[in-house]
Amino acid sequence: MNWKDWAGYHAVVSYQEHHEQEYFAFRHAAGLMDATPLFKYEIKGPDAVYLLNRVMAKDIGKLREGRVTYCCWCDDDGRVLDDGTVSRLGKEHFRVTAAEPFLHWFMLNSRSLNVSIEDITSEYGMLALQGPLSREIIVRAAGEEASSLGFFRLMRASIAGRDVTVTRTGYTGDLGYEIWCRNPDALAIYDTVMDFGRDYRLMPAGLAALDVARVEAGFIMNGVDYFSANHCLTDDRKSTPYELGLGWSVDLDRENFIGRDALKREKEEGSKWRFVGLDIDWDAFEAIFAKFDLPPETPAGAWRTPVPVFGMDGKQIGQATSGAWSPTLKKNLALASLKTGEFRIGDRVQIEVTAEYERKLCPATVSEPMFYNPKRKRA
Amino acid sequence: MNDHPNKPRSDSYDAVVIGGGHNGLVCAAYLAKAGKKVLVVERRPVLGGAAVSEETVAGFTFSTFSYVVSLFRPHIIRELDLVRHGLQIIPMETTYNPIRGDKGLVRWADSGRTRDEIARFSPKDASLYPEFGLAMGRLSRFTKNVIDTTAPEPTSLDPRELMKMLRLGRHLKDLDPEMRYLNLKLLTMSAVDFLHEWFESEPLVPSMAGSGIIGTFLGIRSPGTAYVLLHHYMGEIDGAFRAWGFSKGGTGQISIACAKAAESFGAEIVAGAGVDHVKIRNGRAVGVVLENGDEIKAATVISSLDPNRTFLKLVGEKELPGDFVANIRRYKNRGSSGKVNLALDRLPSFKDGRPDISHLKGDITIAPSVDYVERAYDEAKYGEFSKRPFLNIVIPSLSDPSVAPPGKHVLSAFVQYAPYNIREGADKWPEKREAFGEAVIDTIEEFCPDIRECIVGKQVLSPWDIEKITGLTEGNIFQGELSLEQLAFLRPVAEWSRYRSPIRGLWMCGSGTHPGGGVMGAPGELAAKTMLGEGGV
Repeated sequence: MNWKDWAGYHAVVSYQEHHEQEYFAFRHAAGLMDATPLFKYEIKGPDAVYLLNRVMAKDIGKLREGRVTYCCWCDDDGRVLDDGTVSRLGKEHFRVTAAEPFLHWFMLNSRSLNVSIEDITSEYGMLALQGPLSREIIVRAAGEEASSLGFFRLMRASIAGRDVTVTRTGYTGDLGYEIWCRNPDALAIYDTVMDFGRDYRLMPAGLAALDVARVEAGFIMNGVDYFSANHCLTDDRKSTPYELGLGWSVDLDRENFIGRDALKREKEEGSKWRFVGLDIDWDAFEAIFAKFDLPPETPAGAWRTPVPVFGMDGKQIGQATSGAWSPTLKKNLALASLKTGEFRIGDRVQIEVTAEYERKLCPATVSEPMFYNPKRKRA
Repeated sequence: MNDHPNKPRSDSYDAVVIGGGHNGLVCAAYLAKAGKKVLVVERRPVLGGAAVSEETVAGFTFSTFSYVVSLFRPHIIRELDLVRHGLQIIPMETTYNPIRGDKGLVRWADSGRTRDEIARFSPKDASLYPEFGLAMGRLSRFTKNVIDTTAPEPTSLDPRELMKMLRLGRHLKDLDPEMRYLNLKLLTMSAVDFLHEWFESEPLVPSMAGSGIIGTFLGIRSPGTAYVLLHHYMGEIDGAFRAWGFSKGGTGQISIACAKAAESFGAEIVAGAGVDHVKIRNGRAVGVVLENGDEIKAATVISSLDPNRTFLKLVGEKELPGDFVANIRRYKNRGSSGKVNLALDRLPSFKDGRPDISHLKGDITIAPSVDYVERAYDEAKYGEFSKRPFLNIVIPSLSDPSVAPPGKHVLSAFVQYAPYNIREGADKWPEKREAFGEAVIDTIEEFCPDIRECIVGKQVLSPWDIEKITGLTEGNIFQGELSLEQLAFLRPVAEWSRYRSPIRGLWMCGSGTHPGGGVMGAPGELAAKTMLGEGGV
């Protein structure tokens, strides 16, 4: 078992020596991952919608009860602070997840509002049940009602006699559910789900397996593919929603929200960067290693050490921020930020690879970042 | 996949491929991708040939014949975009060799754990094991150069052929002398002798030697079996050699993905339409005549069937040169293996005293000692099936829940030896089938006492059954033995290793051609590329 620190928690990287079986559980059966370290905030009160509408780039007023949405929030200059989900549990009751602590930011923006903001990070646990057979398992664990739970919907249920919220969400780009519960209940719920899952080859899965899955799904990660504007010493380091491929989640046509003017300007004038996928040419990759009489070496898991990306003319046009060999797609994938105007989707570019301690350039094809998107994810 | 019509839409094509197994479908996909009007005709209502998944017991999907993948060429997966067409391979990580009444040997993905396991039998073997893997890996990389190209023709003076021999020579030169000697030994020695140069312990040696006899009518002490060992070491998944896996949904999913790829390029596929004979006019193939009498015209006819069936049954001896017929008749099929597929109510327990079931997720080889496996061969030499056979067992439902109902399992046992020509005559197999199946289950029971209580359905396939169902002559799973005299430029017969045949317009693309069997897809691919390159279609 391998561990690492995740926001102050000990989190499992892989339960086995190697994460491969856990990855395949996500893609062929189901995996169960403890995602408790996510920051979680409960926002309640008559002005809850007002607060979230002010903070979020998305129009939370449109989010109906029983639904979940994915969104990001920005600073005044329209640079992304973080991304996460917002669940509407009741008319005046929301739950927000974040990769980083944002209690202060929410409080700062709620002055004079009739709203309560509570950091429930350490009171609530979250178990991610992900994979093509996760529906069978959640139905057995949480009841028949779960079978019709739609994509990005939520329901209240009971597992092992404990109250939970189940959302049809996840970070693997596959069919999946997230189970939200009070901390003291988590262990019993975990054991119950594992028991119901045994017949479906449910496996405990760790962060290493998740990281490969999320690269295939083309999901960005704060601190890896972009940096929260809060942490950046320079403006060049910061990113806007449009630059990260989150432009679809920005609702400009509404009352003021934080970053609106800057985002409106960017929408009109165009963005500097674009978030893309790179499909690294395998034959060329193999040939680079063959020069050293070596078989191609792909990292065993997902990587997140940025490398430069060049045009075919050798001019640097951006950087790849993470990537992975996709065992499902049989492709060597990377996620990258490239300068707009320097390329088009479908173009060939070059990515830096290291072979036998030497830096080489390998051709790659630019694509949309979502490499893997099975129908069952939404069905 | 039973949704293919049994009648073609047209009566004239650029190319007709006989047989909808994976090689026929790969060949058709490449030809269609090149813009040819292609038809595949499959005799059975299901596609796949010997790479087929069937729900033989309700709720349980058996990989009826071929049961694991490794050799399927990764570049074919990319070039035909097979992942988009549903191909998914789940890796197998362990090899488990149970021994009677004791804790068996498990080789894990983790080298440290493997070392500890082998050290229980021999600390010396444990320390040598990685070195052996490295040597085989280096040889595999040499051999990869051979299997990914058409076989060189050593007697030809064509500059292209000479270049190819030269390139191969260069690859051989790149191997250091030690490796070159090793390569020679590999080509001539028995699997056991070869392994004994490294290892001393049982069950390590017999279990590793086991892959040297699969699909051959040879024993682990027979010369030449060392090469087959390497053939199984070449398995490559994602650039890693010696990797084996399950195709999700069973081996048939590979064929289905190939079929979908072929159709996406415009190929047409009919199933449930057997070919009666190849129509030949003035020494040239001009089409095929189906069993129902329908005639299909084609400029090129490509057979993915084995050489025996292609030439002696679909073409007919009178159309062919006498020496060619003699060579095809000499070509060794000699089916030597059978298959037992079980539907299980629950997971049977191997008595091994291990805390969980992770050692059962890969393959389970019943080969407790060298003598055990050699004795199994002794019986076969004189026309009996082995009473205690060599078994290669997998339980794919442990990794791929889609092949069995929740909580239930499928077990697939590859059984050797089961000679096609039993003493009583091959056609007496139906009378012996039950006893053969019982011998297999008895064998499993010795290592796994509750196996019988778990069985809710079974399928026993003798080589005679394999021939009846798939058409593979004598039930040989590789369309002819992978022995040295039947490989590369000698496969299937000398002078005809380049997918051509003595009949103009008739080509071969099955496992009976270079580089051979094992769900590689390479014969289908190389045949198509050769035809396209030489204006054969």
